[in-house]
Order: sequence, then structure tokens, then C-alpha cells
Amino acid sequence: MSLDITNDTAAAEALIKEVLDAYPEKSAKRRSKHLSVAKPTEEDGVTGCGVKSNIKSIPGVMTIRGCAYAGSKGVVWGPVKDMVHISHGPVGCGHYSWSQRRNYFNGTVGIDSFVTMQVTSDFQERDIVFGGDKNLDAMIDELDVMFPLAKGISIQSECPIGLIGDDIEAVAKKKHKETGKTIVPVRCEGFRGVSQSLGHHIANDAIRDWVFEKGVPEFETGPYDVNLIADYNIGGDAWPSHKLLEEMGLRVIGMWSGDATLSEMARAPKAKLNLIHCYRSMNYICRHMEEKYGIKWVEYNFFGPTQIAASLRKIAAQFDETIQANAEKVIAKYEGLVADVVAKYKPRLDGKTVMLYVGGLRPRHVTNAYEDLGMKIVGTGYEFGHNDDYQRTGHYVKEGTLIYDDVTGYELEKFIEKIRPDLVGSGIKEKYATQKMGVPFRQMHSWDYSGPYHGYDGFAIFARDMDMAINSPVWSKFKAPWKAA
Amino acid sequence: MPQSAEKTKDHVTLFQEPEYKEMFADKKAQFEGRPSDEAVAAQSEYTKTWEYREKNFARTKAVINPAKACQPLGAVFAAAGFEETMPYVHGSQGCVAYFRSHLARHFKEAVPCVSDSMTEDAAVFGGLNNLVDGLQNSYTLYKPKMIAVSTTCMAEVIGDDLSAFISTAKEKESVPADFAVPFAHTPSFVGSHTTGYDNMVKGIFNYFWDREKGEVKRGAVTSKINIIPGFDGYAVANNRELKRYMDEMGVEYTLISDVSDVYDTPSDGTYRMYDGGTKLDDVRAAINAKATIALQKYCSDKTLEYVETKGQPTASFHYPMGVSATDALLMKLSELSGKPITESIEKERGRLVDAITDSQAYLHGKKVAVFGDPDFVYGMVSFLLEMGCEPTHCLATNGGKEWEAAMTELLASSPFGAGCKAYAGKDLWHMRSLLFTEPTDLLIGSSYGKYLEKDTGIPLIRLTFPIFDRHHHHRFPTMGYQGALRVLVEILDRIFEITDDASDISFDLTR
Repeated sequence: MSLDITNDTAAAEALIKEVLDAYPEKSAKRRSKHLSVAKPTEEDGVTGCGVKSNIKSIPGVMTIRGCAYAGSKGVVWGPVKDMVHISHGPVGCGHYSWSQRRNYFNGTVGIDSFVTMQVTSDFQERDIVFGGDKNLDAMIDELDVMFPLAKGISIQSECPIGLIGDDIEAVAKKKHKETGKTIVPVRCEGFRGVSQSLGHHIANDAIRDWVFEKGVPEFETGPYDVNLIADYNIGGDAWPSHKLLEEMGLRVIGMWSGDATLSEMARAPKAKLNLIHCYRSMNYICRHMEEKYGIKWVEYNFFGPTQIAASLRKIAAQFDETIQANAEKVIAKYEGLVADVVAKYKPRLDGKTVMLYVGGLRPRHVTNAYEDLGMKIVGTGYEFGHNDDYQRTGHYVKEGTLIYDDVTGYELEKFIEKIRPDLVGSGIKEKYATQKMGVPFRQMHSWDYSGPYHGYDGFAIFARDMDMAINSPVWSKFKAPWKAA
Repeated sequence: MPQSAEKTKDHVTLFQEPEYKEMFADKKAQFEGRPSDEAVAAQSEYTKTWEYREKNFARTKAVINPAKACQPLGAVFAAAGFEETMPYVHGSQGCVAYFRSHLARHFKEAVPCVSDSMTEDAAVFGGLNNLVDGLQNSYTLYKPKMIAVSTTCMAEVIGDDLSAFISTAKEKESVPADFAVPFAHTPSFVGSHTTGYDNMVKGIFNYFWDREKGEVKRGAVTSKINIIPGFDGYAVANNRELKRYMDEMGVEYTLISDVSDVYDTPSDGTYRMYDGGTKLDDVRAAINAKATIALQKYCSDKTLEYVETKGQPTASFHYPMGVSATDALLMKLSELSGKPITESIEKERGRLVDAITDSQAYLHGKKVAVFGDPDFVYGMVSFLLEMGCEPTHCLATNGGKEWEAAMTELLASSPFGAGCKAYAGKDLWHMRSLLFTEPTDLLIGSSYGKYLEKDTGIPLIRLTFPIFDRHHHHRFPTMGYQGALRVLVEILDRIFEITDDASDISFDLTR
């Protein structure tokens, strides 16, 4: 809570009323539960976000959400680099998600790494009629011939699989027996649940059932072994994070799942502590590891110096004094860089307002990184957050912040038009409409093809990118000079 | 410390810093459990062999890096090309998120489209309620003149009946009874995005010609010609180029699904959810046009068949690119309209021929692999043959037997096509084997070809949808004589770059 800011509650409430008026009555009533203004609570320093979340989107309103398949293949499993991920069903899902999430990895594509490939069973009408199990079986054999160095295969179910009654689990068991490789069936059909979120959960459960349950490998453990959980290495995010953890003396024995290998997934239960970045997408497996293997887990936030320092201390507190002293050294080591970045960019960004609309973590996690640069969050919301995410958001946002859950295209456009923030951070679907209005924009799922944004190394890039978006000379050219002002 | 505020390194260079390289090496050695470098190198080499190619072509079930998308993407694209139309997809919502992202990444434009968000309960009970609510919500919120409905595979597998559902929705007053709600069933397990395009255009014709006011009979023939551009990533510029020719010749026309203003809106402070597009009244009147011309046959087969049932003549092309294909299109337009091809257009033609003449020495005998949608590959290959290039591998994942036969005939028509084979239904992992075993000088395709370029070292020229990693190519035409000139220059630029890069002694100033 580095800045003392409150937003204009009354104005935000009026705005909510205005957008709700545009809906048919029934839908207005449903949407009203997802829109709110942050208010102080009894708990000191915490703001209430008071919205319903993780419930079905209303038909026809242009939700920005995706599906369970996107949550599993696109988020959790897709980045595991030495496995082939089959998009099981028709060709589209794998096509649109092909290479779009920029989960960086080291490896040779098509030989020992398969992240940037689109492998699909390409369902035809006959598969719908006769079922796809037989072809899936044969397909796995063919993949073994094509990619003998792949360590395993995941089967990412698309909508039809669950509707036509295929038994992909039986195929997985059979092929595991035949090939000896890890085969993971995932029931992430797109119609399941209300967003990507259930896909994360199902994908987590698949790790539990089809990786852990098949045996945890022998591994020589150390006192400082940690897993870096739920960093998908977008633009290389997990690497500066990895570097910081090692600099403070911890040993990262597994990255989940950015730049991950199956070995790193399988040995995770041998760690001393799980460090989780994206709580939304992987809290399930952390809870499981806590229950079954007694591994504690700690949420951390590596966006911006305030949160990085707090997180390093929080993580260090789980270990001995050596690690705690190291954490202080790491923080001190980067003080110069932080000061330089803030000195360079804060004067250009101070007081600028930001509206966010992202997935399940960043709508809160990036807040302090903006504040570190003097910027102010005036609205935020999640595509697929749950109640516990909104609770956590209360620790980040200020009174009067507009809160919108599962925002619709209409609402977001109106909010942006009326609030006219200095920057909007959201996704590709929102980018161009926003920019046409003359409002600067950064994609905050993909870092707009930039990154990394995590860690101190990432903070410099984050600051640079926000500055270039907001202070681009192009914004002054929108109005033709012959048009009256 | 690798990072600084002054010279900020992002992912392009940051990870080449020693701190990171060391970290990667440690991680690999201690934790990753990857195969040995020797095993990776051996497998890498093996994938370049004829033996691997044979195994690769023996695949019948696994599809690896296919160059095709699914039906509703094409349906959404087609629907977007009509006046104030909201594309609406009945089924799972994730699909719509994907279509919107996919088109936005190519066109760098907002792509409005709604889903009716069917979930488990709809899977059990059907999606009628979703459609009833969805139509009402999108009509009320987004105030379109038309809502064009297509389907995801979920809705298709459970067998939702759009015609009946839309009627019910109108009875329930989701939208006014006379509000245009054309539809197309677009199962993603049949065909590809080009099929979806066809189905949606046909669905829209069918609405205005058979459903809106019952069956419409063809009346007095007007002087107009209908043109269906087909699924084209360059439609923004190609449609405008085509209109320029027709305006100059005085040909009267209706472009059926014209996205040129929809996916190319200005930045002036206003977001236009709708802009341009084919006027709905023009679609109504299109039944009386002289003829309907499809620029991409495989995007319009069913639509043309339907148009013919109304007694209207049709003609089709394969993505007209290059001299002869443009000649043929213009002559067809001239023949149908009775308007001569103007002198200035003839001069443009002459300039294109002039340019090819000037550069033919650099093009002659260049071996080229081409992949993309069937019509694009056909059009591209016919232009390459005109330039004296030697197409070598032509691949369309969504091409069928008919396409393969048409390609074989085209290739047989020129001595430059002698060494070339057309591959229908194959994917880009097949193409990888082709390029390793029978290398070409150039590869032409979409951005997905960049992985082939990286693996094989064969330079990629991006000339078809989707282009994600180069900006604004789609704002310049590839069709017509001007378009052909631009394609020629792109190919030449690449050839000259390769020549310069390879030259030492002959690093010549003039080429």
C-alpha cells in the first residue's frame, strides 16, 4: 500500500448503473452481481470487492472468457516441453492455441520439445459417429514413431470427446502399458465449467492422478529444494524468478509448467516448499501436495520491486537465517537497478491511471508494480477469478476502484470510454477497440509480445513498455488538424 | 548484472546473457531429465532422411501442424462482411474467444462476435434457452442490423436445430419477427474454415432469398454482378483493388461479404464496432444479378450451387493472382457486363509484364514450395509458373481430391510444372520432410511456415492467412495486376537478400 489513493466511488456507481440500463431486465439483474465498487471493510487496510464470480456467462453478451480446454492445454499442460500434447477432437482448438501463449523453453522443437507444435486427431464426421478411441490408440503409436524422444503424451479433450462417450482413460492405460511412457488423459472439454478455470482444476487433477499416482521418482533431496509453481514462462517470466530464488540460496528442482519437463513435474513431491505464483491455476495441486506429502506452499508476487522484496522476505522466512540474510542481499543487490528504473520512468508515468482486465492473477498481482511507477489502478476485474481471488484483491486495490467480473465487451468499452484511463491492460480481443478510442493499451496476458515482466530484470522491461505505450507520439495524431477541436 | 534502465534487455537478448545461459545449463544437467545431446542430434538428423519421410507419409491418424482451421472461423469471417452484422456462434464460448483472437492477431483489428456460452446443462438439455437469451442480449446490447448464427462442434454433436431454435426465439420475442437472423450449421469435424465461409454465405443468401419473405423467384435481371471474395487474409486490400477495377470499367457489382472496411477501421478516437460491409438490401437484390462470380471456388461451391438453383449463372476462379488469372477475371467481368477493359487497366497489365520481363533472370528455375488454402495454392502456383519459377511441393491440408486433380492439370500445362507434386490433406510436418529430402529455394505460405524456415533454412515468404508476425501485409493487395506486382517484388526482395547473403566476391552493386 505504497500510495494513499481513493477513487471516486459515486462516479463509479453511476457508471455501473448506466451500463446495466442497456441490458434486457433479466440480464441486467444477473450482470449487476458482477459489477461493484471497492469499499473499505472492517479489516484494517483491506477493501471489499463484493462481486459474484465463477458463475456462468450470460449468452450473447460477448464474454471475453475462454474454455476448460484453454485452461488445460493452453495454460497448464501445453508448456510441459518434452511431452506431445494431443488436441483431441476437431482441428480448430489446437490451431487457434498453436504457439499463442509464448511459453518459452529451451529444447529442439519436434525432437525433444514440442511446445510450439499443433498435434491433433483432427476429428472427422466418422469419429463423431464411431468414436475416436481406436484412432487415438493408433495415433499414439504413430507419434511414438515420429517423436521417439518424447517423454510422454497428454490427451487434451475437446468438446465432442465427452459428448460421444469416448473412454480416453482406457486408451491411456493401454498405451502406457504398451509404450512404458506417461500418457495423461485430460477431461478438459470446452463445455465443462464456466471458463478456463475448471480446465486448470481438471489439469491439476490429471497431474495428481496420472503423474504422481504412477510413482514419484527417487531423487537426492536438499534442505532448500523448492518448486516454482504456476509460472508459465510467458516471454521468459519464470527465468528471472528462478534466478532470484537461486541467488538467495534456494534450489529450484522443478518449474511448473513454463520450461518444464515431465521429470520436473514428477519429482515435485520431493520438494521442501512449493512457491506458487498464479494461485488461481495451480492452488489445487499445491493443496494436494500439502495434504498428501506435507509440503507447505507460499504465494508470492514477483511483479515490481515492492512485491518482489516482500515476497523474497516471505519466502526466506520459511527457511533459516542464512537464507533470510541472502534474501536481504538479493534485495540490496537490485536496489540500484530499481532506483534507476524508477528515476527514469516515474516522472513520465506519475499519476497515470490504469484499468486492468485479465485472467485469474494479474488483475491484482500487477497493481503494486504500477504503483511503484507512480501509477494508479482505477478499475480491475477477472475473466475467471473466484471468490478467493476477489478477497485477495482487497489487499491490493483502493476504495472507489471499479470492479468488474467476467466483463462483457459492451461494459468494458463503456467503462473505458467514460473513465478514459491513461492505460488499459487486457487482452488481444480488447486491444484494438481500446486503441481506436485513443486510449493506450498493453496486452497483459502475453505482455504484448514483450517480457519477461517478472523479477527485477522484468520490472525494467515492464516500466519501459508502459512508458512506450502511454507516451507514444502517435496518440497526438488521432484528430485531423482540420477538424474542429 | 545483465539488466539496466538505460539499455533494457528484453527476451530477445536478455536470455543470451551469461547468468541466464549458465542457469539453463544447470537446470538441464540437474533437473530436466532430457535425452542426451547426442541422442537429440541423431534424431534431428534422422528426421531429415528419406526413411523418416516414408514413415512420416505413412501416418494416417496423427495430424501434425495442419495448415487449416475449423468451419466457424470462416463463418464468422464471412458474417462480419455484412452491414452492421453481429456474428453469433451457438455453442461453447471458448471457440469464440479463439476466433476473435485469431482474426485480431492477423488484421490487428477488433473482432466483435458473440457466443451463447453453452455449458454442461446445455449439453444435456440442448441449447435452445441459450439461443433465446443470447439473441435477445446481443440484439439489445449491440444493436446490429443482422445476427448471423453459426455453430461450434458441441452444438453439432448434440444435434441442435438452428432453424427451429431461431423460430422459437422469434416467437418468444428475443428479436423482432422480421429481424434478419440467417444461420449456417458449421460442424468443425467437416471440412475447414473455407467450408464454413461457404456455408455462411449460402446461409445468408438463403435467408434473404428463401426465408425472410418465403421463396423469392428471380425477377427482372439487373445489370449487377455478384462477387464472392472467399476467405482471404488480404481481403481488406484485395476487395478494394477489385472495386477499383470495376469502378473504372463501369461494372455494376455487389461484393458479397466485404470485410474491407470492417477489418480496416481508422484510428481517430472512435471505435466502430460496425463499419462498411455488404448492404442487406443489396443482398436481397442480389438474386436478380446477372451472375455470381466466386473468386475462390473451394470457398463457394455450395453457395454457387444454391445460386444456380435460382436460375442465376455462376463462374468461379482460384484466387486470381498474376497476369493470366487477372486477365481471365477481367475478361469475365467484361463479358458479363458488356463493359470493355479500359486502356489504363491495360497499361497496368503492361507494367506488370514489364516488371516480370526485367526480373525474369532472377526468377527463372527457382524452386518453390507453397502451402495454404486450396485456392490460394492454385493461384500462387499459376503465377509462379508464369514467372518461370518451378513450383516443387504444393500442399493444402484442406485440399481434396478435386483440388489435387486441378493442380495436376495446372502443373501439366507448363514445362515449369514438370517436377512438382500436389499434396492434398497433408500437413506441415509432411512439408518438413519434403523440404529436407527435396529442398527448394523458397517457401511460400503463412506465418506458421516460420518453423519450417527455422528448421530447414529455406526462406519463407508470407503471402497468405494467417500472418501474425509481420505487420500490415494485408493492407496491400495480392490480386489484380498491382497485387501481382507487389507479390513479384516480395519474392524478388527475398531472392536478392539471399543472393547478397551468399555472395562474397560477387557482392554486386547492381543486380
